[in-house]
Amino acid sequence: MAGQSDPNLSIFSAEEVEFMAEDELVEIVPNMRMDKLTLICGDYGPFFPQMPAQVPLWLAIALKKRGKCTIRLPDWMSVENLSQTLEAERDSQESFQVLPFHYVEISRLLFDHARGDIPDVYTVRSLIEDIRDVRFHKVETSLESFEDARSSAVKVKNLSAMEVNLVRPFVGRALQAFYKHGSPELVPNPERMPPRRPQATDNVQRRPLRKR
Amino acid sequence: MDARDGDGSTEEYETLIQTTDVELLKRAWRQEKAAPEILKFETDLIARLTGQIELVEENVEQDAQSGIDPLTVSLYQMDLDRSQFLLRSYLRIRLQKIEKYIFHILATAELYNRLSKQEKAFAKTCLVDLEKHLEESVLSKLPSNYQSIFKQSMISEENDMVAKPQLDTFVVCKTNYYLGHIQLEDNEDGPSDDRANQRPLEEPFEMEPDVLYFVRYKAIKRFVEEGRIDLF
Repeated sequence: MAGQSDPNLSIFSAEEVEFMAEDELVEIVPNMRMDKLTLICGDYGPFFPQMPAQVPLWLAIALKKRGKCTIRLPDWMSVENLSQTLEAERDSQESFQVLPFHYVEISRLLFDHARGDIPDVYTVRSLIEDIRDVRFHKVETSLESFEDARSSAVKVKNLSAMEVNLVRPFVGRALQAFYKHGSPELVPNPERMPPRRPQATDNVQRRPLRKR
Repeated sequence: MDARDGDGSTEEYETLIQTTDVELLKRAWRQEKAAPEILKFETDLIARLTGQIELVEENVEQDAQSGIDPLTVSLYQMDLDRSQFLLRSYLRIRLQKIEKYIFHILATAELYNRLSKQEKAFAKTCLVDLEKHLEESVLSKLPSNYQSIFKQSMISEENDMVAKPQLDTFVVCKTNYYLGHIQLEDNEDGPSDDRANQRPLEEPFEMEPDVLYFVRYKAIKRFVEEGRIDLF
């Protein structure tokens, strides 16, 4: 067939995923007065000193950069909630905990731009990193089985935006290959096959058979 | 009716419309990026947003000159930049798809009708230029049996040099509804795809709301077009 669709065409760049995350609402406490903003993406404000207000993350960061507000940490980012999430994440091998769809990007943006507003910033940061690692590992191991590959639809419950974006090229093409070959024997069955780690990032050429 | 109430509700209504327009564009942009084929052009939405963007552009320019708080102006500018980015990116992906599948789109009425007026004009000029270029640089120098743009040679039965989108691509998607009985195999596809017909029939697949799935685009194409499934 002449036309193969370019696998890169449909993939979002990390910046684009971050762009989407910047529209998520956060709470800020302004330290200045400002009239209502009638933006294309919605109306925000008016802002009064010490009066909490809901704004999109990009707006919060813009104000924060100019020292006009403090950003309130979202509830799910408190040390207590994150510790619970991490524990639950470690306890269950199959399922993923419910986190905001853009948790990776939101936390990253807050660490980059609003460090001072996060109590226990080091603990929070390491908790988020641990959660991310546990989840990524789980994503990798769950790819080994491809349980539902035979039905040509695979459920990935509670996966976050960044995680989906990372596994998309690999999983998408793998499923497509299974689908094309079409015979159920080709779908790896964890009971019959020795576990093998799929390498999502393996773009390197295969080892040559003979050394030169 | 109380006048104030009336005003309040129109204002709320307008806010709702405004919020949804950018959200809608973001959704259309995501869909367009994720779908292998070209989707229907969002004529009304794009017209509304272009209008809004132009208005804000003028306002920002005026505000900047009239000495309004530079912070406020810069926030308006940022908002404007974000909307413009979405709009540009949306239009650009569509142009890329048109360029890539130009012969296929122009030969398929259903796809051709999904283009906007400007896109149709673009596709036509693009076609003329491409044909001329291929003709002059390669085809005219080949033996007469091999001069078709659409076919490898005269004996090809199909137009096998026409790039078509791969509808078998797996996409990531989510729905807000409960969708039962999605047939994953393409029965309606006819005898063209022998392999699919040989395959044992699978049970219809159900989609739970708010859960992400990897699914073959073809199986959910209908729902994407109806706006009941979101691509991610």
